[in-house]
Amino acid sequence: MGGGSRQFTAHTEPGDNVNSPQGVSVELTDITKTYGGQRALNALTLSVEPGEFVALLGPSGCGKTTALRSIAGLETIDSGTIAINGEDVTDQPTNKRDMGMVFQSYSLFPHLTAGKNVEFGLRMRKVGVDERKERAAKALSMVGLDGHFDRYSHELSGGQQQRVALARALVTEPRVLLLDEPLSALDAKVRVQLREEIRRIQTQLGITTLFVTHDQEEALAVADRVAVMQAGNIEQIGTPEDLYGRPQTPFVAEFIGLGNRLAGVAAAGEVEVLGQKLPLLQPNVADGPVRVLLRPEDVELTSSGMPGTVISSSFLGSFRRTNVLLDDDTTIIAVQHPVRDNPRPGTKVFLSLIGAAVSVTPM
Amino acid sequence: MTTPTTRIGIAPSKLARRVILGIVGFLFAIPILAMIEFTLRKGLVGGYTFDHWTGLFDPANASKYDVVYTGLVNSLMLALVTVGIVLFVLLPTMVLVQLKFPSLRRVLEFICIIPITVPAIVLVVGLAPVYSVVARIFGSSVWTLAFAYGITVLPYAYRTIQSNLGAIDTNTLSEAARSLGASWMSVFWRVLIPNLRRGIMAASFISVAVVLGEFTIASLLSRQNLQTAILLMSQSDPYVAVIIALLALAFVFLLLLLIGWAGAAGNSRRTQNRETT
Repeated sequence: MGGGSRQFTAHTEPGDNVNSPQGVSVELTDITKTYGGQRALNALTLSVEPGEFVALLGPSGCGKTTALRSIAGLETIDSGTIAINGEDVTDQPTNKRDMGMVFQSYSLFPHLTAGKNVEFGLRMRKVGVDERKERAAKALSMVGLDGHFDRYSHELSGGQQQRVALARALVTEPRVLLLDEPLSALDAKVRVQLREEIRRIQTQLGITTLFVTHDQEEALAVADRVAVMQAGNIEQIGTPEDLYGRPQTPFVAEFIGLGNRLAGVAAAGEVEVLGQKLPLLQPNVADGPVRVLLRPEDVELTSSGMPGTVISSSFLGSFRRTNVLLDDDTTIIAVQHPVRDNPRPGTKVFLSLIGAAVSVTPM
Repeated sequence: MTTPTTRIGIAPSKLARRVILGIVGFLFAIPILAMIEFTLRKGLVGGYTFDHWTGLFDPANASKYDVVYTGLVNSLMLALVTVGIVLFVLLPTMVLVQLKFPSLRRVLEFICIIPITVPAIVLVVGLAPVYSVVARIFGSSVWTLAFAYGITVLPYAYRTIQSNLGAIDTNTLSEAARSLGASWMSVFWRVLIPNLRRGIMAASFISVAVVLGEFTIASLLSRQNLQTAILLMSQSDPYVAVIIALLALAFVFLLLLLIGWAGAAGNSRRTQNRETT
């Protein structure tokens, strides 16, 4: 079994990198999977670098979970190959693939204590009792659950159960860590806490990780790269900044973040929207009428500019988002601005466009 | 204005519940009390005695009650083989259907429920020619009756195991175990069986109860079990026959208590789980 050089160290801070990353590569080539005539995966190709944290993001039914389960061996693919560190594992059964997996639903064995749950994988690998106990205790400590060794799953909260599941998946030092929406059953605060811990541990261990989620904020927050999926294939893969700032397709542009969709005209490397000229991020757009996507943070409230009327304004913690109906009475624009500005509904305001159009598609 | 407690729908009051329970309990108690009273009678001379009870356990009467002991041993053996059929045929089939062939669940359920709709006498008519073949292959030993009993207990065993299977997420638990390196054998023995213990126990106890109370099939296929032995004994010593029937009833009652206890333990565990998550 690979990855033997990794050792668990409890409570290491992010970036400490006490152990040099020893992850493996994951290569999916032309994976196809059909369920009763419906294509769940459509010639999916994905390459994950050693030690990389890749999130598979997409709407329900886009095939992200199927892709993850195919890597784990829990789904039999119709065609294509799956290689781990260059080794073709397409026909290997799940229990021989040496991967750790955390599931969406609580998957702890109810008849075993947290410690025994964590020991399970080691027991399957015939590791001696003393070593098993020691490694399980270390793994529990790593996820912040010292002193929970003898607790049963019904004595743990949802967040604690997922931590135990994470410790259980990692204790065998698997080649790849697969996370299938592990945070979706948890409440918002625990979700944020745990996703940061997952990232901390992943960085510490340097384990190649694939993380399935439908929550874009979650994916953008933790992943090195995010693969946005639709209809069984990857629409775009890139860093969170790339996906947000330079979406390659209209689907990605609309799926990642919020956007104002406006009509414009492209000409000579620029696009004219609402009477203002903005630079084009995509150089190959043909001149003519286009649909433009602008981020709310690329619109600002100003003392002069396009006039409009505030129709609603939401406080979102560190910023405020306000919807403004322009004076043409048809266009509604979302504006993101500091919380110190608090325009009331009905107030007259002026807007101006800054930055760039993140996505431009011919109409 | 609010009342301290609110009753939902037409839930009966505490008094009504007690009255209903009392009436039902009384109706059930009458025949049992009558049986007990009967076993204590001195016979036609009148008065009461424990002689019939003590006589049953007197070694001097062993040969007299031989038929009952033989019937009891046969029934216990049949119960054991029937439980074996439930555990080694029905249980793995149900797990397999649950994990690998979920589309067959309805078919399996239908097949398992059928025996409850077929009267024992009708079943015997169909089984008689089958048993002529069974006798040729396995001989006419009494244990072969367990094949028929394996069918008659199907509805009860299926229901109890299925309710337990439905209560745990077998697919996720199996997949989690597989991803941790467990073979299918390990998944079955180390993960599924421990979590299905309550259903397995209940199915086993119910199977034992059904087999111990079975008369029609054994009688019409000319095999001797506890119930046919009681009938035989009743022709020579009706007191002992009734004592045996009472003891069999008490044994089955004890089994049902154990099932209830196992079920209550499972429920309290689930409730605790809901409270802490």
